[in-house]
Amino acid sequence: MTALQPGHPAVEHVEETHRATIAPGTLPSLPGRSDRAVVRDALAVGLAVGVSGIAFGVTGTAAHLTVWQICALSLFVFTGASQFALVGSLAAGAAPFAAIAGALFLGVRNGFYGMRLGERLQLPRWARPFAAQAVIDETAAVALVQPDRRSARLGFTVTGVSLYLVWNATTFAGAVGADALGDTSRYGLDVAGPAVFLALLAPRLREGGEERAVALLGALLALVAVPFLPAGLPVLLALAAVPAVALARSARTRATAPAKNSQAEEQTR
Amino acid sequence: MSTTWLAVLGTAAGCYGLKLLGLSVPAGLLDRPAVRRFAALAPIALLAALTALQTFGGAPHGLTVDARAAGLAVAGIAAWRRAPFLVVVLAAVVATAAIRAVS
Repeated sequence: MTALQPGHPAVEHVEETHRATIAPGTLPSLPGRSDRAVVRDALAVGLAVGVSGIAFGVTGTAAHLTVWQICALSLFVFTGASQFALVGSLAAGAAPFAAIAGALFLGVRNGFYGMRLGERLQLPRWARPFAAQAVIDETAAVALVQPDRRSARLGFTVTGVSLYLVWNATTFAGAVGADALGDTSRYGLDVAGPAVFLALLAPRLREGGEERAVALLGALLALVAVPFLPAGLPVLLALAAVPAVALARSARTRATAPAKNSQAEEQTR
Repeated sequence: MSTTWLAVLGTAAGCYGLKLLGLSVPAGLLDRPAVRRFAALAPIALLAALTALQTFGGAPHGLTVDARAAGLAVAGIAAWRRAPFLVVVLAAVVATAAIRAVS
């Protein structure tokens, strides 16, 4: 491979140009992002989200799971929303089967991320079983905003590995030190998750009308459904926003098309 | 084996299976423009829904507006002004903790 290494004058020049035009830490969909910028963003996501493993460790302890059970969840399930859902329903006294079903509903979205990532990353067959464990909200969000396959693979790997290590270390710390920490919501840690998602969404929302409409409608559908549907389903209902926005757009283009045609006719007359 | 371990292992197997299944879908399946468009927009809808649910979610099956909403608003302003990623998240956490400290 003849790719330029960091430190090469040409690479430094490209980075300087980028620094001048792009605020650091944002995730713009621009061609030619330097590896360093991708790694920096990916690490930021991995560390910021990873530390909320403390909250999971504490929650698991409060739900009377053993330290081993809590750590097994972070090691083998490794998708935060499903882990919280499982622990929550077990604490509420749900039967194991019902608790698993709720967690799996929340896990379905990772299948959708996987479909998109499989196409984007083009991983060799042997790598898929390893990469699969890292298919989660954060790795999908980081990888899918990258402009090319190389940056997407780098962003996916760095986010996945750093998040896995930090999430598991802080899960253990939270489970062991739950009593010393007290109420983690006092530190505002429960808002870290949604803030991370918002920060990851921001560059896509700047892209334009359709992305923004899908995000708004998706959030609205999920919120309206919360009182009526079992845990996990409101998130999936948000998917209905995609065809709804597409239908609304095609209806609008059909409504405006005849007007344009008649204008054109008038002009030719 | 206790029922809790059963739930832990069942969830682990199911969640991993869903991830691997998505990743293993043949690329040809995504070749139709409509499917491609859906796959591109689906993560946006899901992430937006998760943001809303984790901000306004309350007790099981409830919604509530509390300090998290203010924290997320601060994060939104920071993200809109293109603040670095960690600044966005820290601003939300600090704002939420500050509101809870004084209320």
